Parts: sequence; C-alpha cells; structure tokens
Amino acid sequence: MERTILYFAWVREQIGISEERVTLPSDVQTLADLAQSFVSRGGGYAIAFSDLTKLRGALDMAMVPLATAIGEAREIAFFPPVTGG
Amino acid sequence: MSRVRVRTEPFDEGTELAALRATGVGGVASFTGIVRGDGGLVALRLDHYPGMTERALEHLATTAVARWNLSAVTLIHRVGLLAPGDPIVFVGTAAAHRAAALESCAFLIDRLKTDAPFWKHERFADGRSGWVEARLSDEDAAMRWTP
Repeated sequence: MERTILYFAWVREQIGISEERVTLPSDVQTLADLAQSFVSRGGGYAIAFSDLTKLRGALDMAMVPLATAIGEAREIAFFPPVTGG
Repeated sequence: MSRVRVRTEPFDEGTELAALRATGVGGVASFTGIVRGDGGLVALRLDHYPGMTERALEHLATTAVARWNLSAVTLIHRVGLLAPGDPIVFVGTAAAHRAAALESCAFLIDRLKTDAPFWKHERFADGRSGWVEARLSDEDAAMRWTP
C-alpha cells in the first residue's frame, strides 16, 4: 500500500518537497523507523531526520509519539514541534 | 455552539464577543493574541496543516464545552503573512458562571499552543529570518490541564 507523506515548516524546507508517495520498507513499523530509514537517503533528508528529538509526527491527522506503529494509516506527516497561538 | 475558523483575513474581537454575549449566558471570557514586534520583527508567516488544524481545534472546542459545560466557544486562528500589531488568535468562551468561562479560555489557548499544527516563521528588519522554536514553558502550561 502506498502512503502519502507530508512535510511541514523546516522539515519541508530541508528536504525540498512538501509531499510524496511512498511504499513503506518491510522493516519499518513505527514513525521513528520511517524517519531513521530516511537518513540513508542523504542530503536534506539526512539533516532533517538526524535528530528525532526535534521531530513530531501525525498519522491520519492525529498527532502521535514517534514510537507509534504506522499500521494502516494512509497519511503520514513529519514536522517540527508546533508554535501556534 | 462552537465556532472554529482558520483564516487569512483579520477578525474583529468586538463582533466575536457580541456573538458570544448574544447566547444569553452569565459570562463571557476571551483571549486575543497580537503579533509582537520584538527584536525588530517585520513579518510573521503562519504555516499550518490544512485539515488537521481544523480537526485539532474542533477537538479542543468539543473538549472544553463538555468539561466546563459551556454555552458557546469561538476559536479563530489566522494563517499566512502577518505584521506586528495584527491580531493572530482569538479564544472566546461563554458559560453560566465566571470560573467556567475563565478556566476554559485559559485551557483553550494553552492547549492550542501544543496541540494544533501551526508553525511560525519570522523575518526581521536586519534581514535575519527563521522558524520559531517551540518553548518548554508552553508544554508545561498545556500539561497543567491534564486531568
């Protein structure tokens, strides 16, 4: 199953795209696994995903800890801690 | 009655307060956030996650209505380009008594800061620019509402 991955704020700027379609590698279970798999892509990905403490994530528009299993979620998002208000 | 809006246009607190007052309750409380011009800030841009933003704000509004038995709540957050002095966020609550109105208003602005997917990008008069970093104090403020 292909998933949509969305990127926001400096994560989007660092990797240069706001959205992509990805089939998850078989060894990826959680958001943290996926983020770590992106490091091997190098370039902006390596920078954006090198420090997981600076990243937050969402599955199907609900914010969840990066240790959460992706499961059947169709929309995945990575972004920095939020700064609204 | 809950009203949630994410929009680029300005809002008028007076109009929003009058609408809350028209619900005929005992008390109305509100918070209006204004863009500060600290450090020579000339422009603030608000990015967000369309769809999730509305969902997160609706969830907060529903939670506040249930927890404080509110008659009405209004949440407005602007996105796009803003300048110092511009209103950026409005939280308004209406309830039978002051404690419910005041506490729920504080809950909503505290939790909005940690739960809703907005990101601020600053530009300064001297040419510097960058993303605003999240503050630990905001996480602490949001945590105090955890039952």
